[in-house]
Amino acid sequence: MEFLNAFVAFSNFVIVPAIAYGSQLALGALGVTLIYGILRFSNFAHGDTMAFGAMVTILVTWWFQSMGINLGPMPTALLALPFGIAGAALLVLATDRMVYRFYRAQKAAPVILVIVSMGVMFVMNGLVRFIIGPDGQQFADGERFIISARNFKTMTGLSEGLAFRTSQAITIVTAVIVVALLFWFLNKTRTGKSMRAFSDNEDLALLSGINPERVVAYTWIIVAALATIAGVLYGLDKGFKPFTYFQLLLPIFASAIVGGLGNPLGAIAGGFVIAFSEVTVTYAYKKVLIYLLPESLEPSTLVQLLSTDYKFAVSFAILIIVLLFKPTGLFKGNTA
Amino acid sequence: MSNPFLIGENMTGGYGRGADILHDCTISVAKGEIAVIVGPNGAGKSTAMKAVFGMLNLHKGSVRLDGEDITKLAPQARVAKGMGFVPQTQNIFTSMTVEENLEMGAFIRTDDFSNTLSQVYDLFPILKEKRYQAAGELSGGQRQQVAVGRALMTKPKLLMLDEPTAGVSPIVMDELFDRIIEVARSGISILMVEQNARQALEIADKGYVLVQGRNRFTDSGKALLADPEVRKSFLGG
Ligand SMILES: Nc1ncnc2c1ncn2[C@@H]1O[C@H](COP(=O)(O)OP(=O)(O)O)[C@@H](O)[C@H]1O
Ligand SMILES: [Mg+2]
Repeated sequence: MEFLNAFVAFSNFVIVPAIAYGSQLALGALGVTLIYGILRFSNFAHGDTMAFGAMVTILVTWWFQSMGINLGPMPTALLALPFGIAGAALLVLATDRMVYRFYRAQKAAPVILVIVSMGVMFVMNGLVRFIIGPDGQQFADGERFIISARNFKTMTGLSEGLAFRTSQAITIVTAVIVVALLFWFLNKTRTGKSMRAFSDNEDLALLSGINPERVVAYTWIIVAALATIAGVLYGLDKGFKPFTYFQLLLPIFASAIVGGLGNPLGAIAGGFVIAFSEVTVTYAYKKVLIYLLPESLEPSTLVQLLSTDYKFAVSFAILIIVLLFKPTGLFKGNTA
Repeated sequence: MSNPFLIGENMTGGYGRGADILHDCTISVAKGEIAVIVGPNGAGKSTAMKAVFGMLNLHKGSVRLDGEDITKLAPQARVAKGMGFVPQTQNIFTSMTVEENLEMGAFIRTDDFSNTLSQVYDLFPILKEKRYQAAGELSGGQRQQVAVGRALMTKPKLLMLDEPTAGVSPIVMDELFDRIIEVARSGISILMVEQNARQALEIADKGYVLVQGRNRFTDSGKALLADPEVRKSFLGG
C-alpha cells in the first residue's frame, strides 16, 4: 500500500506531466529539425511561430465561444486549431518569400540564416504581443479532468490521487497521431520522399528534377502545423503567455540537438529525454520518500535536486553533455 | 560524326568568377555510341561534364542536343530533355533505400515507371535483392549501380557517367563496364569519364584526351590506344 501510494504520487507529479511535456517538446523539436534538415539552419523564430499559431487558435477559439460553438467535454481550441495552422502557415510562407528566399538565392552561410531568423523572431515576438498582448490568456474549456485526484482516491481507496487532465490526454493522443502522420508523409508519399532526398543530397535532388522551392514551401507548411499544434497543446496544458514560448526555445533546441539535428526520430526521443530530466530533477521527492522510507529516515527537507526556477539549466546541462560525448546527437543527425 | 547526338562545342568557362578551367573544349557523342574522356587528374574532365550538363557558366561555346541548342537550359530542364547524369561524388541518396533512390530518379516522370524499375533491376539484380536497404550501407560497386540506376529511371537518351568505376575492384569494374555496354546497346548514348583509360578506350567508339582544359587528342578509341604518343603519356607505355 505504501509502495502503491509512492508510485501513484510519482506518476501524478512526474510520469504523466513529463509524458505530456515531452510530447510538446517533441512536436516543437520536429519542426526545428525539419527546418535544419531541409533549409539548413537553426530557426530561432520557432518558439515565436508556436506563439503565433497558438495566438490565432486562441482568437478563433474565443470567437467560437462567443457564438456558442463548442466541442462539449473537449476544448474548443481543437476546433480552432486548423485556423491557427493556416494562420501560421501564411505567416511563415510570407516570411520565406520576403526574407529567407533572398538569402537562399545568395547561398548565404547557415550562420547568417541563424542571425536572420533571430531578426524574424523579434518581429514575430512583437507581432504576437501587439495583437494579443504580453499577458497570460485562458482559453481552455470543456471538461478539466478525465480522472480527478479525488475520484481516483475514492475509486482505489489510496491516500494519493492520480489526476489525469484532459489537456494531458489530448496532448499525448494528438502527438501520437501527428507523429504517425508525419512519418507516413515523409516515408510513403512522393512529396515526402522528395523532401528527404533534398535533405540528404541537395545537388542530386536538383539533378533528379526535384523543385527546391516546392520542397521549401511544403517544409514551411508542415513546420507551421507542427509549431501551432505544439503551441496550442502547451497552452492548453500550462496556459498561454507569449514569453514562455520564447523560453521554450532552449528545451526545444536541446531536444532536437540531443536527438541529432535533422533526424525526426531523434527529435522525438530528445523531447522525452529533456522532459523527463527536467521534471525528475526539479521534483520534490519528499512525498514519495515518506511512503517508502521507515519513519526514522523520513526526510525533513523537500529532497528537490534543483528548484523549478532553474529548470532550463537542465536542458542546458544535457545539451552540453551530449555535445561533449556525442556531437552528432544520440541518433545520427545531419552534420553538414 | 557529321551529326552528333550531343555536342559541347568550343566550351570555355570556369566556376563562379574564378579563372577559366575549360578552354575551347569540344566533346561530342553520336547516337547509341560510347564516348570516353580520359586525362590526368585535374585536367577538367569533371568540369567538362558539368559544362555539358549546364552546371557551369560558359562564356563561350554552345551545347546542342539532337540539333537543339540547350546552352541556356538549367540542369533540370536537360533531364527533362532526356539527359541523365551520374556525378563523380555524392551520386546517391545515402539515407534512402535503394528503391527510393530509383524512385527519386524517376521524380519528373508522371507516368507509371514500374517497367523501368524492373528493367533497372534486371540490369543490376543485386539492387533488387537490396532494394529496402539504405543505399549508404552498400559496397562501393553497389553504390555505383544505384547511381547509374537512378539516372536510368528517366529513360534518358543520353547517359553521362563521371568515373563510374572509381574505387571499385577490378572484377567489379569489368562487370560495370559490361553493364554500361549493355546500356549502350539498348540505344542510349554514353558519355563517360574514366580513370582506367586503357579499359575505357577499349569499349569506346570515340575517345578524348583532355589536358589542362583543352582537347589534346581526339580519335576513335582504337586509334587512341594505338597512338604511340597517347600510349606513352597517358596509358603508361
Ligand atoms: N567546384 C569547384 N570550384 C572551383 N574550382 C574547381 C571546382 N571543381 C574543380 N575545380 C578545379 O577545376 C580544375 C579541374 O578539376 P576537375 O574537372 O575536377 O578535374 P578532373 O575531373 O579532370 O580530375 C581543378 O584545377 C580543380 O581545382
Ligand atoms: Mg573528376
